[in-house]
Amino acid sequence: MKFTLSWLKDHLDTTASVDEIAAALTGLGLEVEGVTDPAAALAPFTVAHVLTASRHPQADKLQVLTVDTGDGAPKQVVCGAPNARAGMKGVFGGPGAYVPGSDLTLKAATIRGVESFGMMCSARELQLSDEHDGILELPDDAPVGTAYAAYAALSDPVFNVGITPNRQDCMGVSGIARDLAAKGIGTLKDRPVELVPGAFPCPVPITTTDDGCPAFLGRVVRGVRNGPSPDWLQRRLRAVGQKPISALVDITNFITFDRGRPLHVYDLATLHGGLTARRAKDGESVVALNGKTYALDETMTVIADEAEVHDIGGIMGGAASGVSETTTDVLIECAYFDPARIGATGRKLGIFTDARARFERGVDPDFLIAGIELATHMVLDLCGGEASEVITAGEIPQPALTVAYRPERTLGLAGVAVPEDVQADILSRLGFRVEMGEPWVVGVPSWRRDIDGEADIVEEVVRLFGFEHVPSTPLERAPGVAKPTATAAQKLERGVRRALAARGLDEAITWSFVPPAQAEPFGGAAWTLANPISADLAAMRPSLLPGLLAATARNLAHGQSSIRLFELGRRYLAGGEPLTAGVVLAGERTARDWQTGAATAFDALDAKAEALAGLAAAGLPVERLMVLPPADGWYHPGRSGRLGLGPKTILAAFGELHPRIAAQFDLKGRVAVAELFLDAVPPSRATGRTRPSYAPPALQALTRDFAFLVPADQPAEALLRAVRGADKALIADVRLFDRFAGPGVPEGQVSLALTVTIQPADRSPTDAEIEALAAKIVAAAARAGATLRG
Amino acid sequence: MTETLEHDLLAHIAAADTLDALEAVRVAALGKAGSVTALMKTLGGMAPDARLVEGPRLNALREVVAGAIAARKGELEAAALDARLATERLDMTLPAPERPTGTIHPISQVFDELAEIFADLGFAVATGPEIEDDWHNFTALNIPESHPARAMHDTFYFPQNAADSDRKMLLRTHTSPVQIRTMMTQAPPIRIIAPGRTYRSDSDATHTPMFHQVEGLVIDRGITLGHLKWTLETFIKAFFEVDDVTLRLRPSYFPFTEPGAEVDVGCSWAGGRLSIGGSESWLEVLGSGMVHPRVIAACGLDPNEWQGFAFGCGIDRLAMLKYGITDLRACFDADLRWLKHFGFRALDVPTLSGGIGA
Repeated sequence: MKFTLSWLKDHLDTTASVDEIAAALTGLGLEVEGVTDPAAALAPFTVAHVLTASRHPQADKLQVLTVDTGDGAPKQVVCGAPNARAGMKGVFGGPGAYVPGSDLTLKAATIRGVESFGMMCSARELQLSDEHDGILELPDDAPVGTAYAAYAALSDPVFNVGITPNRQDCMGVSGIARDLAAKGIGTLKDRPVELVPGAFPCPVPITTTDDGCPAFLGRVVRGVRNGPSPDWLQRRLRAVGQKPISALVDITNFITFDRGRPLHVYDLATLHGGLTARRAKDGESVVALNGKTYALDETMTVIADEAEVHDIGGIMGGAASGVSETTTDVLIECAYFDPARIGATGRKLGIFTDARARFERGVDPDFLIAGIELATHMVLDLCGGEASEVITAGEIPQPALTVAYRPERTLGLAGVAVPEDVQADILSRLGFRVEMGEPWVVGVPSWRRDIDGEADIVEEVVRLFGFEHVPSTPLERAPGVAKPTATAAQKLERGVRRALAARGLDEAITWSFVPPAQAEPFGGAAWTLANPISADLAAMRPSLLPGLLAATARNLAHGQSSIRLFELGRRYLAGGEPLTAGVVLAGERTARDWQTGAATAFDALDAKAEALAGLAAAGLPVERLMVLPPADGWYHPGRSGRLGLGPKTILAAFGELHPRIAAQFDLKGRVAVAELFLDAVPPSRATGRTRPSYAPPALQALTRDFAFLVPADQPAEALLRAVRGADKALIADVRLFDRFAGPGVPEGQVSLALTVTIQPADRSPTDAEIEALAAKIVAAAARAGATLRG
Repeated sequence: MTETLEHDLLAHIAAADTLDALEAVRVAALGKAGSVTALMKTLGGMAPDARLVEGPRLNALREVVAGAIAARKGELEAAALDARLATERLDMTLPAPERPTGTIHPISQVFDELAEIFADLGFAVATGPEIEDDWHNFTALNIPESHPARAMHDTFYFPQNAADSDRKMLLRTHTSPVQIRTMMTQAPPIRIIAPGRTYRSDSDATHTPMFHQVEGLVIDRGITLGHLKWTLETFIKAFFEVDDVTLRLRPSYFPFTEPGAEVDVGCSWAGGRLSIGGSESWLEVLGSGMVHPRVIAACGLDPNEWQGFAFGCGIDRLAMLKYGITDLRACFDADLRWLKHFGFRALDVPTLSGGIGA
């Protein structure tokens, strides 16, 4: 919402400075987004006297002027304006001046062989109007050399104020003035609107049949002349960014901004019969004032005559019945439209207008009569003519809301004590009617549709009293050291995040939505947006991998050689949003190095290592995890697996990315990926902080090595598990230290060499006992399909 | 005679220039058939008087010789080690083996910072779904279907499910639905923050269709706007690690608060760099207010008994302001160069004792 200082002063008697007004507006919740003075842009332009004017020697349409700018010797200026002549006064801009209407900065130039040291300006060049037929002509007494903006009193600062959706009353300058006056910035001017008596009955029947338009006031003015509106009106509208069109249209726009009261004017000659506010019929359409055709339906309120729809009620008028320069008889409409209906229709049609913005928030129903009378006055003043009587169709809504209010609630809710008389004064100045009983009965003014409860009244009082007076009040603090607040799930998430970063992975945050084609190979999206910002951001990710893989491809394209990325976030499934960690390892695991030689690539077991580390950080007993075959199609079928506490508690999937999917993401070479399903981590069963008692064994552990032959396609884990289980009391650890296939190992088999760590408890085992243990190990291995290598 | 022997042996010991040569001297003197051993053996056949004289003398001889051998052995071993070390050289300017170093995303870091600050004030961390229904996201927050404020939220919707036509699903436009979910499942008093992802259909240098917010909610008896002011001041001071913080509460409008306030923090832009503090300039950091009585009632609580405040704040913006990040979109681009520059070390865990910033 924009308005100028002079416009504000139409409604507010004040000597406050621009800064004081701006500070007060922001303090009232009418946030000042900017204050600009268009005159500031005209600072370089001065009043000048044209001393001589002669034909340009090389161009018929140009003249060469000598101009007294009041600044030393006269200056030579080449000018193309037909009205430039010796003796006139005009507006001069010298080299270096920025011409706002032409978006150029002047410099001394030679025009067709004649030097020119500046420019005499038109109104359009100074953005004063669209006038460009000639240069500005000033009265003879205009003082040469003075700043033009000061001379013409153009300085009129423009306030740009953000109006929150609840403050429909401040969608007009008068409402803003009321708030400022209540705050003590000046006095509100009482500007009653006098009734214009009707000279004849309104010749056009006006009715309403729709609750979307509970009241429809109309009257005819005949014999008007619709030319350009006067300068003061054009300047006002232009200052707030409105284009002047014609007197009749400008009047309705002016009242929209001045009073927050939109109106509409029809050219009576285009109407067929009476006007009715009714529901549109399915299939009806209207060509609106913006030239676009809108299809209407039965949810929308329209104004129509007997032939067709002329107005999308409260939103935009129709082109067919709009006024023009030849209009002589008009019908003025001043109606009340249902805010909810306006909002729904506006959203459906995608039309944003100043009228919609006001009707959608709810205009002051008490200003319907005043609105049509004010419009009539202005039409008669600016366009002449004779007004009919007013027809009022329907009933003017008369909200008479009162709120029970306890003045102590200001302290109770806002924490600031405001004396009762101050509260009553504030409310009265805002237009509330206050009965100071027990409790108070506060009558809400017709223009404050946003107020319907005690908390609203508290806000009004404190808003005017000043939020800066609310004392900072400490929250009560629980005694002692602050208690921990993180839940198990939050601690798990933090632990996994920091563990993966500590292992050298970089945490990424990628979009929750991915291109549908990238979601497809990961099972497809369970959720796809109906109105995505672009097709590429439409599918809610079913896995964290597509986003990370796309990021990996971008990083490789930037020349990164080694990518270790992870993300912790939700994946979006039909049944929920489980917390997941995704890991992508791509490019070089180790770079080419003077010690280790050629670069190495990541493989599936690197992904397994990250998955295990993440699960360990999540508090899982990693040694109890089983490796299960892969289940998801985005993994390499032979080089991937899953980790679980059993087939029903799957905690992670890991492995090499399926080459077909790697290709889809433009990734070359092996890519290792892992997904950690953190929602599946069972809650810790630990109670209390105490650990089981423990003393390190007094006896030294000893190790024995074994080599077994096993079928090449048999998981090594089976052998390790069997050996570990051969004697749970004595065997502390089993490690695979060699895996070999080749000479000396039968075809189809591999040799697996293990180191078994034996930890005696209370006495050293005898040789015979060691032998017996070895035999148990070999027997257990045999049951797992392994034979001791001879 | 023993003097000569001692002199000769000491000379041989001194002359031995290898450990082997020294061992030969030792064997020749102190070995089973060594010269000193042979002399020691003569003690047995001596008359007691002579033995009294010769015994100490020979023992002394043996000790002198053994001592000299041990000393010489030490010298030779030290020389041998020096000689070996002289050949063992490695260029210490060569690169050491590298291990990758990872990073924590700045937004995650700020999540942890918020949790730490608010834990000290007694706030727990709550969560809620990102795919919400319009009741939790709008209706329960006093934003009915026709409310113009719905237009302020550029909402991402999901296609309507015919079987469940009353429930319109959307991506939550703010973290405020967590207020509703918390009040509906938890008995007051309540103190929570709810950080998380939020979505609006908006995209430019300072707006991304996905962003992060933190919601704060306190519901209790006798909570006022003054408590809100104190809480936000305390939070902003702790977060930006500045004692001189000026907050400005401006009346504003959120359908779910009454009164509602936008909060600006005083700052300065001296030298083109933002510093928090003072009141030279104002930076809008969050929206807040007293929870609207209708919202409290919608959650099944009695607004005459329970009241409180709520606030919502962009986490990305906090991170950008604190850590000098200028382009929000880069936060979600996963560019390794950016992550290495703006990311945090794994062990930079924010703590009250170690400091909230890193």
